[in-house]
Amino acid sequence: MAGYILRRLLQAIPVLLGTTFLIYFMVFAMPGDPIVALFGEKTPPPQVLEAVRERYNLDKPFIVQYLLFLGGIFQGDLGISFSGEPVSDILARTFPVTLRLALLSTLFLMVGGILIGLISGLRKGGIFDASALVVSLILISLPIFVIGFVAQFVFAIQLGWFRTTVGPGAPWGDLVLPAIVLAAGSFAQIVRLTRSSVIETDGQDFVRTAASKGLSRRRIVPVHILRNSLIPVVTYLAVDFGVLMVGATVTEGIFNVPGVGNTLYQAIIRGEGPTVVSFVTVMVLIYLVVNLLVDLLYAVLDPRIRYAK
Amino acid sequence: MKIKRIGVAAIALAAAGALALSGCSTSSEPAAPEGDSTAIITTNGSEPQNPLIPTNTNETGGGKILDSIFAGLIYYDAEGKPVNDMAESIETEDSQTYTITIKEGQEFTNGEPVTAESFVKAWNYGAALDNAQLSSYFFESIEGFSYDENVDEMSGLEVIDERTFEVTLKQPESDFPLRLGYSAYYPLPEAAWEDLEAFGENPIGNGPYKLAEEGAWKHNERIDLVKNEDYQGGRQAANGGLEIIFYATQDAAYADLQGGNLDIIDAIPDSALATYEDEFGDRSVNQAAAIFQSFVIPDRLPHFGGEEGKLRRAAISHAINREEITDVIFSGTRTPAKDFTSPVIDGYSEDIPGAEVLEYDPERAVELWEEANALSPWEGSFQIGYNADGGHQAWVDAVANQIKNELGIDATGAPYPTFAEFRTSITDRAIQTAFRTGWQADYPSLSNFLAPLYQTGAGSNDGDYSNPEFDQLMADGLGATDVEEGIEKFQQAQEILFEDLPAIPLWYSTVNGAWGEQVENVEFGWNSVPLYYQVTKSEE
Repeated sequence: MAGYILRRLLQAIPVLLGTTFLIYFMVFAMPGDPIVALFGEKTPPPQVLEAVRERYNLDKPFIVQYLLFLGGIFQGDLGISFSGEPVSDILARTFPVTLRLALLSTLFLMVGGILIGLISGLRKGGIFDASALVVSLILISLPIFVIGFVAQFVFAIQLGWFRTTVGPGAPWGDLVLPAIVLAAGSFAQIVRLTRSSVIETDGQDFVRTAASKGLSRRRIVPVHILRNSLIPVVTYLAVDFGVLMVGATVTEGIFNVPGVGNTLYQAIIRGEGPTVVSFVTVMVLIYLVVNLLVDLLYAVLDPRIRYAK
Repeated sequence: MKIKRIGVAAIALAAAGALALSGCSTSSEPAAPEGDSTAIITTNGSEPQNPLIPTNTNETGGGKILDSIFAGLIYYDAEGKPVNDMAESIETEDSQTYTITIKEGQEFTNGEPVTAESFVKAWNYGAALDNAQLSSYFFESIEGFSYDENVDEMSGLEVIDERTFEVTLKQPESDFPLRLGYSAYYPLPEAAWEDLEAFGENPIGNGPYKLAEEGAWKHNERIDLVKNEDYQGGRQAANGGLEIIFYATQDAAYADLQGGNLDIIDAIPDSALATYEDEFGDRSVNQAAAIFQSFVIPDRLPHFGGEEGKLRRAAISHAINREEITDVIFSGTRTPAKDFTSPVIDGYSEDIPGAEVLEYDPERAVELWEEANALSPWEGSFQIGYNADGGHQAWVDAVANQIKNELGIDATGAPYPTFAEFRTSITDRAIQTAFRTGWQADYPSLSNFLAPLYQTGAGSNDGDYSNPEFDQLMADGLGATDVEEGIEKFQQAQEILFEDLPAIPLWYSTVNGAWGEQVENVEFGWNSVPLYYQVTKSEE
């Protein structure tokens, strides 16, 4: 087990190096000069352009820029943004906010989605099942910004149950509504995945065996059916968590969440190489770790799964 | 000053839903007029793109903060008229040498006195090439300024005594005093020079407000300002402070205003432009701003040089129905252009001879186009370049369609994915089509709309327009010692522009804002920013 984890972590190193290089190259190759854009509609004299470029090392060839950046990383220096803030500070500020949002959202998905999917699957074809399918169909066909704006308007502006946008410090309470909106996007998938998985497991031999040896339904459902149905759901949830962590730009925009999505979007627009690459590197790390955790979770859920030595 | 661009989400659908519901959301409780002098005003803003150093801030996000925490030699009142702030007097006899005296007893919030040195050092720093300041070109008319080599101390700045300094310009420029309210000309305290980077994070100013504490600038979130009790100028705060909250989208700010979390906003999202005036009534504003929108057809494009180009430009201008576009596409939040400047500027006139070329007149358009065809038959298609990330597609397509229909030629928009790419191809002169341009004045003066854009070799003359007659009139206007005489010259210069149309004027942007019923005395300045210092707020 430990060897497996170690090997996976070692694999992560070339992946990380490769992604930073690729992303840095892509930001570098992006058409348009970010320094020209800094001047807005005004056209600066070429000498001033050159002087500003020099300040951000943008006058050097690509490979030199990349090596300078890479060298900085090993000294714990991720560079600075155009606004003069160290990129490490930006990371430290935005990731916790997005992490809270993603955790809350995943929590809602797990509690709401899995529960509803389970009930639907157990009462296949009933009223509850039918209405759950209809509701999830509606949610899946609505773009997230529609759900976001309507939720904000109804629950925050009209009813006043929530703050319209996230307040200072992005406390947990303010993140509830954005988290629900975010969860709404994946809600349908979770419900349907759980439902079909539960239906399938319900028809398995071991469930019938369990029933015939006299186990109560109350024990069969959580221990035998649910647990065995969760593998595809957990995989989906984990991938989804990764997606949430790398930022939900639209939702963060609607609720003004000072998180990863917003910040990264602005950085891309401005062509701030160091900021973009640092963010993406952390995102890749998160993806790798989450995927590793999922693979480890499989063994917990299904003891038949073993890891190759 | 550069307008901060904001991510525009595709939100029309949601907005339509929200608007249908919004009719029933008002409460009719009358606001108490009593202001509380300790109340904090909350408003929208955007994360400054640069450290808060006056000479390195050229966009509205940082500008709004700097204008609140610094005081220059002058400030502009609601009409854009200059009023002395730190300056006791600004005197000149020839519009070339200015003697500036600073009021006695003015202080920075760290207790340092505001002296002649505070200005001169800050200006020299801002101008020096090695410091690569974004606003360095504001000092280009001062004697000794150079783009080619680093100059630590410009010869045109001389400290006479503690409170007096003398500025010598390269040539007479009568509107120089008018510029001095712009943020690039703010003074800096001695404390700034110890560590300018750190200073940009926690600036120390001399204006109506100051930072609430070390670290009051919470990046990407907000900045908290409190009243500066020691400020003695004309902008003394009638409230206790200002909280500027940074928004990534204007929709979020608008929702916060509706939800009562925000007192004033100075931008309305596209989705609410058609309805905000109904919703907020007399607590909303839609007035002309000092922003001029146009598109440029460079001389170097085939068929747009010389006499033929003149005819074709006039034909295109006549083919555009500006009223229709401002009504239909912008819901009346743009005003059709009547000149090359803006209605909020002193000396603006709707009746400059030649302005008829801006009238929608399809017959005349076709006539002129045919005349041009007689010189050289038209071929190819006409395209207007724009950046697709700035919400320009709708109007560019509309303008192109009008040109297409009226002139019977192929005309389309030519989108560039990002602003950076768009501006780079303009700066490099790589663009082979017409392209959109916008200009927001840095200071309220006619010449600020004309000289940087159309003078031969001027920095932002993106179409490489050149007309010696125009240059001469501008020089005469700037050299005039009398304001009225200067204005007259600038008007005459515009007559030439109407003949040559180096840019096709489209419309003026308006400032669109709204505020809650808890605040009073809300007025928007000439530069579209609310005069926060005079706002009063009653605590609920």
